[in-house]
Amino acid sequence: MKVRVVLPPHLRKLAQLGAEVELEVDGAVTQRSVLDALEARYPMLRGTIREHGTQKRRPFLRFFACNQDLSHEAPETPLPAAVATGEEPFLIVGAIAGG
Amino acid sequence: MSGVRVLVGTRKGAFVLTADGKREKWDVSGPHFGGWEIYHVKGSPADPNRLYASQSSSWFGQVIQRSNDGGETWQPVGNTFTYAGVAGTHQWYDGTPHPWEFKRVWHLEPSLTDPETVYAGVEDAAIFRSRDGGTNWEELPGLREHGSGPRWQPGAGGMCLHTILIDPSDHERLFIAISAAGAFRTEDGCQTWQPINQGLRSEHIPDPTADVGHCVHRIALHRSRPDVLFMQKHWDVMRSDDAGDSWREVSGNLPTDFGFCIDVHAHEPETIYVVPIKSDSEHYPPDGRLRVYRSRCGGNEWEPLTHGLPQRDCYVNVLRDAMAVDSLDSCGIYFGTTGGQVYASSDSGESWAPIVRDFPAVLSVEVQTLS
Repeated sequence: MKVRVVLPPHLRKLAQLGAEVELEVDGAVTQRSVLDALEARYPMLRGTIREHGTQKRRPFLRFFACNQDLSHEAPETPLPAAVATGEEPFLIVGAIAGG
Repeated sequence: MSGVRVLVGTRKGAFVLTADGKREKWDVSGPHFGGWEIYHVKGSPADPNRLYASQSSSWFGQVIQRSNDGGETWQPVGNTFTYAGVAGTHQWYDGTPHPWEFKRVWHLEPSLTDPETVYAGVEDAAIFRSRDGGTNWEELPGLREHGSGPRWQPGAGGMCLHTILIDPSDHERLFIAISAAGAFRTEDGCQTWQPINQGLRSEHIPDPTADVGHCVHRIALHRSRPDVLFMQKHWDVMRSDDAGDSWREVSGNLPTDFGFCIDVHAHEPETIYVVPIKSDSEHYPPDGRLRVYRSRCGGNEWEPLTHGLPQRDCYVNVLRDAMAVDSLDSCGIYFGTTGGQVYASSDSGESWAPIVRDFPAVLSVEVQTLS
């Protein structure tokens, strides 16, 4: 299953990626499986989206897709079908804050 | 031909400044990691092309970068900093217990002999070590667990381990400093530690002469005399002649003895430098005049060094890791300000000139002397 992920600019630069990355995700397409696939392919992103150890979403980041805020969904909850089919991207968005 | 490489960490990226031994014309590269806070960049004494950088942000946490070519290219390496065992609690600002939580790496101190080995001082205060070039990190928990940890509490900038000094004559002996716990020493390669705060006096804590709880801002030593330590405490400039077993105040005639940075001349072990700051509530130079003060007798007698530094309307700060010296002859002194200037003196402080004037706020300055 090809899933499209859009990262915030700082993480694109850290992982030397373009605006969007396509990932092969095995099995159910969930927040966890997408992020696991992302971190497996780009290990430098470990700890930058989810905290080491707890695997919790870092507090200044949000997850959006299909005009929905999925930030507070359980990590095992299936993502919308349009994300699973690659029709819509999974968006990782940094909070607009600070200077 | 000799030269210098100045490694600058700022609020919005890292910069590498290079010059030949004359230190007159500078090349500036960067920003590296633009937009991220770079608390510290430091090179390996054993391999000058091996650099380590601490990159962090409130959004994305901690990243460690490594360069093998003197800062031309960088690779992210390991960023897992997990406290050993059950981390427990320290004191919060209000005196209540607060769980130990990793926030960032303040200081990276490469081994004096092995480019693959590097120590990291972190917030909340602990010391970590990597032996594989920053790929994997392990806490050396003897410090945090030595007994007084539950009584440590943060300074205004957080409970950071900001200074790591390796004794050049005995690599098993290290000195570290924590705001606001104080200074500590290990003699056995970080297995056991003891507080070395006797002689410090801090009026803002319940027991001004307590064994821990002092807000040490920075300590420094000269490589030829590792038993002699100099300290810029929150207030007071201090000196120890017995590797920290006892301290005495050497603030002498300084206009104020509050400040953050302190360093030692590369060739004159009794010549030390500080930048007096007005007070802990007014983090700028007294009278709007940016003055480095130098003592050539190990403290007490200080002279202002002003030539080339702004002597009116200057309200910048110089943070604890933002001063360094090179080892050319004559010794170069460097410091960065929260106003984005990096000043250099190629004559031991007699005269100064800005290398750059308009960087983001400078968090750290380190210098490599290249041959």
